[in-house]
Amino acid sequence: MSSTESMAGTEGVTISRTGQQGAFGGELLTVNFGPHHPSTHGVLRLIVDLDGEQIKRLKPVIGYLHTGIEKQMEALRWQQGVVVTDRHDYLSPPINNLAYALAVERLMGVEAPPRAQALRVIMSELTRLSSHLVWLGTSGLELGAMSMLMYCFRERETILDMNEEISGFRMHTSYIRPGGVMADATPRFLDMLASFVKEMPGHVDEYEDLLTMNPIWRARTIGIGRLSPEDAKVLGASGPMIRGSGIAWDLRKTMPYSGYESYDFEVATSDACDCYGRYLVRIKEMREAVKILDQALQRLPDGPVNVDDRKMLPPPREELETSMEAVIHHFKLFTEGYSVPAGDVYVAVESGRGENGCYIVSDGTHKPRRVKFRSASFVNLQALERMALNHMIADMIAIIGTADTVLGDVDR
Amino acid sequence: MPDEKDQESVIDDVTALAKGLKTTLGEFFSPVVTTMYPEEKSPRAERYRGRHYLRRYDNGLERCIGCELCAAACPVGCILVIAAENTEEKQVSPGERYAKTYEINMLRCIFCGYCEDACPVQAIVLGPEYEMSDVSREKFIFTKEKLLEPLPPDVEARLKSKEQK
Ligand code: SF4
Ligand code: SF4
Repeated sequence: MSSTESMAGTEGVTISRTGQQGAFGGELLTVNFGPHHPSTHGVLRLIVDLDGEQIKRLKPVIGYLHTGIEKQMEALRWQQGVVVTDRHDYLSPPINNLAYALAVERLMGVEAPPRAQALRVIMSELTRLSSHLVWLGTSGLELGAMSMLMYCFRERETILDMNEEISGFRMHTSYIRPGGVMADATPRFLDMLASFVKEMPGHVDEYEDLLTMNPIWRARTIGIGRLSPEDAKVLGASGPMIRGSGIAWDLRKTMPYSGYESYDFEVATSDACDCYGRYLVRIKEMREAVKILDQALQRLPDGPVNVDDRKMLPPPREELETSMEAVIHHFKLFTEGYSVPAGDVYVAVESGRGENGCYIVSDGTHKPRRVKFRSASFVNLQALERMALNHMIADMIAIIGTADTVLGDVDR
Repeated sequence: MPDEKDQESVIDDVTALAKGLKTTLGEFFSPVVTTMYPEEKSPRAERYRGRHYLRRYDNGLERCIGCELCAAACPVGCILVIAAENTEEKQVSPGERYAKTYEINMLRCIFCGYCEDACPVQAIVLGPEYEMSDVSREKFIFTKEKLLEPLPPDVEARLKSKEQK
């Protein structure tokens, strides 16, 4: 009895027989890939039918990182919900905050002041950079470019330091809140940002020197994981996934928010439709992000960073000592919170992974009735089978890598 | 025999690899950026949200007036405040009430800083301390005694100078 036979039918084994015949005369094998596989970027489980080493069927099994975030939001007051949004796509907290904040603001009919909007753009672009850096570092590592991880995380560290400077936390910033931002940028933050903007393009050149023309990197990515523009559209792909298939769909341009329409930047696209194309798109996006940061820094407007509405945001601390009304507002806001007019709204922003949408239903009380996140990772994951079919199993690593899913975002 | 085109692409490949190698070599000789934690620690930002502290006034009275606003503001509900009345003999805080019990469950806390925002007298603050690992769950329930430990002097001085403004 071979070892494969002895394992067939037992629960929880990694390999079992399907009994079907493959094209090469052997039989199809069903392999469990993950959930605890280092290259699945989290706890993604894939059930793969293999003919030899060729992928014949691929089924993602998700839910291993389900955290019930959407349900949890229903139990929290509007301003408390921000801290939860940080935690679904844990590689881009400020962008998640932004989607939620914009949705709440739209229902309330308020708009953040210009300085807050510029700070939001700055934080969004920094986040996009750090998210792409994690992607580049880990994908590089998986495909054998070990040093990418070190270099990318070095720059990411600078971004996390900036996060810490402006919000007090390195990852779960909760910086962007309905009505504005947590606090104004400190002078030290602006200095850090200025030197970062100066240095970053050089670092991107460095990554490109290492990878763009590297024959091993090219052999592992060119022609791998093809996703035609039609498929990309049909499957609802967004972000670098759809732009890597040659469609210039970027919410920052197509449905601008937070003043993105006033920044000068290009939408990165590539007609290659493969892993290499998606790589080029992300590299270009990093350069564009630095461009946006530079512009935002140049013309950061002065003024308040929060809407002037005492029914929504607590009064400044100084007033607590002098004004009884301020004290009442303060107590009211921290115990009962504010209520949002009844209605529903959908707001989408462009995250590092694609369309990050937030759908909110309010019944007019101080807590949301329903909050739903349309996460880019979840939808992009659907394209995985289309991209991986008939490829070797080793290529799947490249394909999962360039799909750049965050499992916290998939399962929520 | 490889034809001309192959030769060209081989040259391209070797050039690209050499370019990459040049980058790594350059990095090898550039200054080290790694912080050798725990021997060496990087400084925390002013706004850093770490371990909580309950503050006192200069005259030794506790700032906390037991209003429970922090507990109400906390998104995860990890603060427990039980208030009691101040009496003539036992004046703990300047107000009418003080916190008889004040506990924070650090295992639930997500360090969002909402308690600090909510506190009307700036009694509870989040300090720069982040090394809080321990071996038993009970030790993560920070009691009032533990929270009343003084803040690092530089942080306390900074908070005071802000208040005076
Ligand atoms: S930091 Fe946030 S989670 Fe922690 S005790 Fe304060 S309010 Fe609660
Ligand atoms: S710490 Fe501040 S908010 Fe909390 S009970 Fe004491 S005074 Fe009130």
